[in-house]
This record gives sequence, C-alpha cells and structure tokens, in this order.
Amino acid sequence: MMRFILPLVIFLVLSVFLYVGLSLDPREVPSPLIDKPAPTFTLPLLQDASKQVSAVDMRGQVWLLNVWASWCTACKDEHPVLMDLAGQNIVPILGLNYKDKREDGLAVLSKAGNPYQLTLFDVDGKIGFDYGVYGVPETYVIDKQGIIRDKLIGAATPKNLRERILPLVEELKKK
Amino acid sequence: MKRLLLASLLLFPLFSLADEARDLADNPAIERRMINLAEKVRCLVCQSENVASSRSDWSNDVRQIMREKMIAGATDQEIMDLLVERFGKSVLFDPPVDRETMPLWMAPFILLLLGIGILGYQLRKRRSAVVAPTLSAEDEQKAATLLEDESKS
Repeated sequence: MMRFILPLVIFLVLSVFLYVGLSLDPREVPSPLIDKPAPTFTLPLLQDASKQVSAVDMRGQVWLLNVWASWCTACKDEHPVLMDLAGQNIVPILGLNYKDKREDGLAVLSKAGNPYQLTLFDVDGKIGFDYGVYGVPETYVIDKQGIIRDKLIGAATPKNLRERILPLVEELKKK
Repeated sequence: MKRLLLASLLLFPLFSLADEARDLADNPAIERRMINLAEKVRCLVCQSENVASSRSDWSNDVRQIMREKMIAGATDQEIMDLLVERFGKSVLFDPPVDRETMPLWMAPFILLLLGIGILGYQLRKRRSAVVAPTLSAEDEQKAATLLEDESKS
C-alpha cells in the first residue's frame, strides 16, 4: 500500500509547489510602501514648468498616480485603457512623466490623448525613486489621507482595473 | 613566500572590481565604497545581477543616489535602510533573518533533517528485511549431503 501512497504524496506536493511557484511573477516585488504615507513631492507640470503641484493638493480625494514615459513600450499598450478609465470619471489620474524629455512626453499626450488630470514632470526620476519605481508603467492607488493603498506593477488592463483597482477605489471613496 | 602568495591571492577579487567601476566619480574613495555597497544590492530590473555590475538604467540611478548620499555624509547602513524602505527587503542579496524570511533560511536545514530521517528509516527497514534464513530439517539434510559430496570429490 505504502508503495503507491508515497509516490502519490510526492507527486501532489510537487504539483502544489509547481502550481504556486510558476504562477508567481518574480518581477513583481511587493512594495513596502503599501499602507504607508505617499512620499511628498513638489513637481512642475509637464505642460507648464512654471506651475508646481505637490502631493498635499490631492488630500481629501482618492486618486491614481500613473508612472509613465514616452520611451516605455508597455505604456503605449496601457494608454487606451487609461483613456477609457479617464472617460468614465470615476477617479482622477495623475501622470508622473518619469525620466523623459519634455517634448517627447508632450508629443505622446497630443497624439494619443491625455487621460491625466495633471501630469507631473519628474525629469531625473528622483520622485520615482521615492515611490520605489523600478519599472514603468506603475500605478499607485492613494487614499484621501494620502496613504498608498495598492501598487500595480506593469500595465493597467481592463481586467486588473475591474478586478483589483476599481473595487478598491470604490471602497476607499466611501471612507 | 607563502605569505606573499596568500597576500596576492587576497588581492585577486580586486580585478573583478576593475571592470565594474563604470561611472567615474571625482572621488575614488567614495566610488570604492559605493561599489562595495552596490554589490550587496539586487538590481530589481535584472534580478540575478547586483547593482554594481548591472548596466540597467535603474541600477545607474541607484548608484548615482548612493554616491550622492555618501557625499552628503550618509553611512552605508543609512543608505541600505533607505533602499529597503523604498523597495523592500528583496533588494538585499543577503536578506536579514527575521520572521518573514525565516522559512527561507530554515528550509535547507529542514530538508536536510528530512533527508536524514528518510535515510535512517530506509536503512533500518533494510536491516530488518535481511533475515537469517531458516532451513527445515529436510533442507539441512540435503545441504549436508551436497557439502559432503563436494568434499569427497
């Protein structure tokens, strides 16, 4: 009897390990900033270098911070998804134009549309570093008290917005 | 002679450093310190590489930030703490032993104990499987005659 049970047990254990292990994405490093206050920033706008926006201006509302750049190919796939989301007027999206050239960033927005309420210009990536950005695009969900509630690594898709981001946004809005 | 050889062997790792110092800073002491520290930090974009040897944009940035912080007078520990605060413990190649990483550190020992246990179990089973053969009186008789025949011829 043991002769049959033992290989079966080994097989099952191995299957579970492989199932879990192979479905993990090693690139998705969990952010230690979740449930911590969003790092403060004061940055110029992409469209107007003389205007400064700071994180404090967003207090009292739930908002998304989307890190993007003109050189990032995944951002191009993500762009229509963000356009769609912006059209629904559910949650304000702020863009963080990360380590980009001003004219390149502006060109993207004028060509593909602008889903952002405001676009911040982080030319040397210093604010990106504060937020723990290591790959663009990344999207942060920030609540009314200015606390980071979730971080999406990689492109936003209709699926992960519907299943993960928007339910969280709705919940945070009620608080 | 032996000592000299040993000393020169100790210098050997420095050759590998020679290749990694790509960004030239004005201050070689800072640069050396930075490379030393960067070797302990994982490049999150290219995860099996360290920040010292990686050429990714992100690693360049991290090295630059390390340099700036060092020039501003931060200790190595302060810089590491800052990186962990931003990117989590997975940026460390040598993660600290704590509650979260305990399974990781303990796993090899648990597997070793498990292996020893299985080995012990198997060995004991094998020993008990080898039983002294018992012969019936008839067989004994047969064996005796066979042996006798053998010795006669």
